[in-house]
Amino acid sequence: MAITTKGQIGLTGNTAIAYAMKQINPDVCPAYPITPSTGIIEDFAGFVADGEVDTEMITVESEHSAMSACIGAEAAGARVMTATSSQGLALMWEMLYIASGMRLPIVLTNVNRALSAPINIHCDHSDSMGARDAGWVQLYSETVQEAYDNLIQAIRIAEHTDVLLPTMVCLDGFITSHAIENISLISDADVKGFIGAYKPAHALLDVEHPITYGAMSLPDNYIEFKHEQSRAMARSKAVVSAIGAEFGKKFGRSYGLFDAYRLEDADSVIVILNSAAGTTKVAVDELRAQGKKVGMLRPRLFRPFPFEELAKALSGAKAIAVLDRVDSMNGFGGPLFNEIRSALYETDSRPKVMSRIYGLGGRDYKVKDALGVYDELGKVVSTGKVETLQKYITL
Amino acid sequence: MEKESKGGKQPLGGVIPKGGTADDYSTGGWRKLRPVVDNTKCTNCLICWVMCPDSAVITKDGKMMGFDLEHCKGCGICAVECPDKVKAIKMEEEAD
Repeated sequence: MAITTKGQIGLTGNTAIAYAMKQINPDVCPAYPITPSTGIIEDFAGFVADGEVDTEMITVESEHSAMSACIGAEAAGARVMTATSSQGLALMWEMLYIASGMRLPIVLTNVNRALSAPINIHCDHSDSMGARDAGWVQLYSETVQEAYDNLIQAIRIAEHTDVLLPTMVCLDGFITSHAIENISLISDADVKGFIGAYKPAHALLDVEHPITYGAMSLPDNYIEFKHEQSRAMARSKAVVSAIGAEFGKKFGRSYGLFDAYRLEDADSVIVILNSAAGTTKVAVDELRAQGKKVGMLRPRLFRPFPFEELAKALSGAKAIAVLDRVDSMNGFGGPLFNEIRSALYETDSRPKVMSRIYGLGGRDYKVKDALGVYDELGKVVSTGKVETLQKYITL
Repeated sequence: MEKESKGGKQPLGGVIPKGGTADDYSTGGWRKLRPVVDNTKCTNCLICWVMCPDSAVITKDGKMMGFDLEHCKGCGICAVECPDKVKAIKMEEEAD
């Protein structure tokens, strides 16, 4: 794969992720391929077979075993990466909590796909949102470029001494994972320089310093371990910001906690994750051309939830629709809706907020769908009342 | 949020940062049954010492000396494993 002088190359999301993994060259990669993330492991297995990486690839019998092997290898002192989707992430559930509780900076790519039943292989966010309380830092990516950049930054975030938490990079199944986008790659040497060498805090293979991982902790100190973990998660927000800025300084593409689009004077705002933000921006441009004060906000960091920054950015809006590509099945909207609405509780302006659930199981979200939501928001702005707090769109 | 916990700084991720710390943790209080050895019957075969999951059988110069009751949980494996012809270990109620 030649990098042109302009540095532009057409890659799918999966290929770009696999290429970033090749450049990162992790010590161990336990994996069990699953649609739509299969291409990542397929391509990466090719790099392993061709001797382009030093990685020990472990083919396992399930995702539960994949994450178990990640935990074992990371505890041994290795830099570990894997990738999965949907049922695969769901099967890892038990081990996700162990990885974070043991403070192992594993980096996982989750290609977002709907959960069964009914069985479906297409995009929605029910998989990674199901893991939102598992103690993993979660970054969401709008584009192939951002997914590639996020994965490289994820290594630094996870391994930062203020953090030491596993980190998950999410991108939309098929929409981003299988679409070819022209992106800029960073040179191998620059990636290597940016991530640096991994120096584990503890390593089971350090036989000079014998340790025990995964011991029991009873009521006399379990809560202290959880408190430490919680503080590390809260601290990671500043680390994500700092690394996003450093990345921008070095490679020309800066990343913050969220992406605000034409938000400054916007009355009506859509908050939305991942690839659908691109579609929403087209709708924003159309409406701005008509003189309508609309904007969009796309959170990049979802765990930890940057509630203060998001509330500040959204406090000037009059009406907000939070669009979730997942239903919490709580009778009260999606997870992003609930957390955004909660974050706004402390603001003086208290904008009106409504929940719209869209695109489950890969249903298309089109510009007309975003325009429909802005139309509803316009009515809320003029009446000051939310008529329908929550509903499904794109039905 | 940034306040230190009551228990102070904990080892990262629940790691036990050195070996042999089980010795500092008294598990004797978990015991309901207490092993009692009859030294007149014991042949010092040390099968109990081999089988004890808590290394709570005390030996000296190849002889069975008794039990470390700070760590013995009273599981009774020693009493079961003591050879049938010997049966030098009996489990007695702690309450008695």
